[in-house]
Amino acid sequence: MTGEFALWVYLSRTPLLWLTVTLLAYAVADRFFQAAGRHPIANPVIHAIWMIGLVLMLTGTPYRAYFEGAQFVHFLLGPATVALAVPLYERRATVMRALLPMLAALLVGCVTAMTSALVFAKLAGIPYDVRLAMAPKSVTTGVAMGIVEALGGDPTLAAVLVMLTGMAGAVIVTPLMRTLRIEDMRARGFAAGLAAHGLGTARAFQVSEVAGTFAGIAMGLNAFLTAILVPVAVSFLR
Amino acid sequence: MIVSLTLILLAQLVGEVAARAAGLPVPGPVIGMALLLGFLVLRDRTQPASTRWLPPPLVDGGLEGTAKGLLAHLSIMFVPAGVGIVGKLDVLASHGLALALVLLVSVTLTLAATVLTFVAVSKLLDRR
Repeated sequence: MTGEFALWVYLSRTPLLWLTVTLLAYAVADRFFQAAGRHPIANPVIHAIWMIGLVLMLTGTPYRAYFEGAQFVHFLLGPATVALAVPLYERRATVMRALLPMLAALLVGCVTAMTSALVFAKLAGIPYDVRLAMAPKSVTTGVAMGIVEALGGDPTLAAVLVMLTGMAGAVIVTPLMRTLRIEDMRARGFAAGLAAHGLGTARAFQVSEVAGTFAGIAMGLNAFLTAILVPVAVSFLR
Repeated sequence: MIVSLTLILLAQLVGEVAARAAGLPVPGPVIGMALLLGFLVLRDRTQPASTRWLPPPLVDGGLEGTAKGLLAHLSIMFVPAGVGIVGKLDVLASHGLALALVLLVSVTLTLAATVLTFVAVSKLLDRR
């Protein structure tokens, strides 16, 4: 065994390499994001993902091996979701005042997210199994995978569609809100969290803490409502 | 930091156990969020006593700092799952354009419908 090959074998077996690559790619992407004046197109998540994807393809590394290292970063999603309670509590007065607008927006948004995906996918001739995985696309990954698995679909595909939706939402939200001339940060954040789950929430926190707080609430509420409504919606569109 | 992180993880753990045991469609961390919210409410309602008995980081703003520190880095936590797209490039390639269009149209409609409903209802309530 040559020296270089032994080193590669060692590195590919420890979490160190892929954890470092994940942080490094994000640091580079974030530097670029800051330099670009935090423009939505320069979203650091998207650019970190393709950079890492490219490295994996070039080195022939399977995703599973990569995830061994990257799982430490992935794990933090759970604690971060719990941590949403803090901004929510600090802004409880603002939140309580917006209870009715939130519930109305939740209902309309949740139904729009599901039916628009299912109807347009059918019109576009996308096969049933892909459509099924698409139904909960606006919901946070773990819940979407659970919903699709329970309906006999492909949970990995669901996770991918959820990520793509989140990235699209995070990029579109700011320009769309400017076009619609919406200045209410509560409404903007709520829409971002509902349509684009955690990625929308992360984007909302980049814009303002009020927006982030409302995005976090929308993400939690939408996970709950979608889990109830998707099985109903799917049975209609078989 | 350690005490705050312990409380956050504890909330998630209890939430995860509750979600699985009761077969709820809500993810464990979301229940954990509700539990932490309950903790914050109780802590401030029982003010002088809680300051005396709880570990200092939970009452002096340490918990808030840790939580906000986590949320400030929410974006990077989506990178590992996002890289999973690379493994599904075959499905994406076979329906590529149609799939991208449907997702884009759907997410735009969802954002617009949600934000317009929110603004309309809150204006309606303000007027009364």
